[in-house]
Amino acid sequence: MSPLMMVRRIGFYVVIAVLMAFFAVPMLWLASAPFDSKPGLGLRWPDWTLDNVKTTFEHPYALASLWNSLVICVVATAITATFAALAAYALSRVRIPGRDLMLYVLLLLSSVVTGTAAMVPIFVMMFQLGLINSQFGTALVIAGGMLPAAIFILKDFVDSVPRSYEESARVFGASPFQVLTHVVLPVARPGIATILVWAFVNAWGNFLLPFLLIREVGKQPGAVLLRTLQDEGGSANLTVIPVFSLLYSIPVVVLYVLVNKRYGFRFHGGIKS
Amino acid sequence: MAGIDVQGLSTVYPNGVRAVDGLDLEIADGEFFALLGPSGCGKTTLLRTIAGLEQASSGAVVIGGEDVTGVDPGKRKVAMVFQDYALFPHMTVAENIGYPLRVRGESKARQREVAEETSGGLSLAGLLDRRPGQLSGGQQQRVALARAIAMDAGVLLLDEPLSNLDARLRLEARTFLKRLQRELGLTTVFVTHDQAEALALADRIAVMESGKIRQLGSPREVFQRPANTFVANFIGSTPMNLLDAVVREGFVEVAGTRLTLPSGISLADGTPVTAGIRPEYLNAGSGDGITGVVSTVENLGVSSLVTIECPGDALVGLTVPEQHEPEIGATLTATPEAGRLLVFDEAGLLLGAAKVAI
Amino acid sequence: MGFVAPALLLIAVFLIFPALWTIYIGLTNYELTGPNAVAPQLVGIDNFVNALNDALFQNSLWLTALFVLGSAVIGQNILGFVLAWTLRKAKPGLRRTVESLVLLAWILPSTVVAYLWFAVLDRDGGTLNSLLGSEGTAWLVEYPMLSLIVFNTWRGTAFSMLLYSSALAAVPPSQLETARVVGASGWQTVRDIVFPHIRGHVLTNTLLISLWTANDFSPFLLTAGGPNHASETLPVFIYRQALEGGQLGYASAISLLLLLANLVVAAVYLWLLRRKS
Repeated sequence: MSPLMMVRRIGFYVVIAVLMAFFAVPMLWLASAPFDSKPGLGLRWPDWTLDNVKTTFEHPYALASLWNSLVICVVATAITATFAALAAYALSRVRIPGRDLMLYVLLLLSSVVTGTAAMVPIFVMMFQLGLINSQFGTALVIAGGMLPAAIFILKDFVDSVPRSYEESARVFGASPFQVLTHVVLPVARPGIATILVWAFVNAWGNFLLPFLLIREVGKQPGAVLLRTLQDEGGSANLTVIPVFSLLYSIPVVVLYVLVNKRYGFRFHGGIKS
Repeated sequence: MAGIDVQGLSTVYPNGVRAVDGLDLEIADGEFFALLGPSGCGKTTLLRTIAGLEQASSGAVVIGGEDVTGVDPGKRKVAMVFQDYALFPHMTVAENIGYPLRVRGESKARQREVAEETSGGLSLAGLLDRRPGQLSGGQQQRVALARAIAMDAGVLLLDEPLSNLDARLRLEARTFLKRLQRELGLTTVFVTHDQAEALALADRIAVMESGKIRQLGSPREVFQRPANTFVANFIGSTPMNLLDAVVREGFVEVAGTRLTLPSGISLADGTPVTAGIRPEYLNAGSGDGITGVVSTVENLGVSSLVTIECPGDALVGLTVPEQHEPEIGATLTATPEAGRLLVFDEAGLLLGAAKVAI
Repeated sequence: MGFVAPALLLIAVFLIFPALWTIYIGLTNYELTGPNAVAPQLVGIDNFVNALNDALFQNSLWLTALFVLGSAVIGQNILGFVLAWTLRKAKPGLRRTVESLVLLAWILPSTVVAYLWFAVLDRDGGTLNSLLGSEGTAWLVEYPMLSLIVFNTWRGTAFSMLLYSSALAAVPPSQLETARVVGASGWQTVRDIVFPHIRGHVLTNTLLISLWTANDFSPFLLTAGGPNHASETLPVFIYRQALEGGQLGYASAISLLLLLANLVVAAVYLWLLRRKS
């Protein structure tokens, strides 16, 4: 190995090490603080204990909020995946002039409107519909915001299902709904899985919408509760926060690991333009 | 069992392309029928219109005496094998074959039973629980055929049935397909761009160009007496010689020689025509014939294709038996076999009867 | 067509209608409480005029631009490409580990992530202060925008990394090999071979991450706009005007301005994308 190559080698590993440290260091807190007898904001070798876990389980809202998260998340994910699958299939197969542009505009709109630009009208609308504090209503709003992107991603998968599959099924007498459920959806299964996970992770972590729309503590999901814990009783509740953060992160991490193992975490074309 | 009757059929795409253009065709019950033509000639569109996958713009499709022009594909009693076979990757071979029955709502047991029956004759018996991805190309094709047969329709449509197989397998599959069609006696229509495939398999061939049929006939008629220069050019593994010629005193004057005008044709002196003759029907040797200088020799296996340069810059091809190849630069005379010379008029239509000389 | 209807309905009710309603509310003096909550009145373009003269709005606009430029256009974009480019040839195990860390930063819930960064940036005992030996530096108070930019780069780089990885995988290997054969350096290869291929990806990526960053609400979780509006990006500003100040009409007008700014940015990107092809 020439000296130049050595230097390059070392440089490569230094860059990788720095990048890894940058991404890993903030996360270490999630491993140490929950099990530290005196958890604080900062990293230190923990004085191991499980007392924090016990305290967290005894917290009046902690476990309930995880359940609320689950309810909102499952409803939003199911609606998004079902509606997106139907729409992606139809849009993939029907020739409508300007279809791609329309999808693109919707995608842009959704990345803007679900953020904050429509915070006020969404709040006012839900207020007037009497859907403030409704978990189902909140899930619908979340689903509405996720749909354009979900359709966009899923259409890519459906586009890659050969048309001859469907034509073949049609020749054998299958109805449009049979074509969809017997052939297209099973073949596009990796796409459906991607959407399910993507929607779940998004809905699970969504803070703004439940923060706006669910004002009753007992109905709030984990994201909002975690924020509330920061000011509970005037100062941050550092016994509960680390453990709850960890609990709240577990579903997302588990899903990530599953997806990564099964399909690999990759983009499948289409995103370019 | 059912014949197919296509009446004045046109299929026009939204972009205005008339893929099938006012076409009439009758296919008899039990016939093995080929739609042959270059890509873009409308043969696949015609097949798909018969299947109901494309909407006819005008005209009618009648299958088994029933007008099915506006009927959904699934209700036409038509089975189809796609070019890529369209086997569902998430279903086993048995599930694929049983799929037409699943759509009809038959029991799982019945689906399996039919899959077993059908697969037996197609040597797929041991493969029923595999997935299509685990099969060879030939096996996949047979599964696709089995699935089409399991539909128990009167008509079988095949889109380029052999094009996805490699060359060696293709011959084997061709023989197999021919035998299968005879045994089942199904009215079978297939699309191909490969003239050898059409000649080998079909009872009758429709040669198509720009949405119209240019010739309809048995493989022998199409090969020996192409109705026009388009068909003459398209059929045959070595291209037919098509040479500019002029009629003189009852002879055809071509490439510096005079050949006898085929019987039954009388044309005025000086009429420009095209003389056509297949390289296989030209013999090297003495006698009356086209004389030229050998410019290339291509080995075809048991024979060689020799190209000679003749007066007037005409290039004429002929096949010679192996081990009789001439030297490059040698002078050679190519003599047509009796009755094999074809004469086309200026519009490219064959003169004289389209009947086959046996 | 029936298949599209349910999705279209939800999109119409929860995306398009609110977007349009923003325009209307922005023209009224609607408030959360008080008489104007019951009977809001049309005030024309007053809200917009007020906004443009509002020093806090101008401050907010400037901070948003800074946030987008620093954390998305520069931070995530460059870090994402560097990661994709370096990891392209790394050993599979190493590559998986690094990618997993980057992705985890992306998918963890934002409220959790906020605490992770409190722990990094805390004045007493924060990880960064321990590492730098700069005890007592309150990063979120003294350098709020810098903190937010670094935070958001950490948070969002995964998307750019994924996108650039798949883009790089689509560059024909024969062209990269040609570059090597003629002796091009790494930088020359990127500039002459890789970049022309992924131009479309770069534009799309920059567009998406810019829009997401401009509308990101997580600065609220870290600094809530403080101290003294020093990190109040537009989404936080809108939230505080609407729900803390109760000025729904005014906040809507600002929303509309933000929306318009987004559309202008999107239009510019689309134009660039079109011009390429």
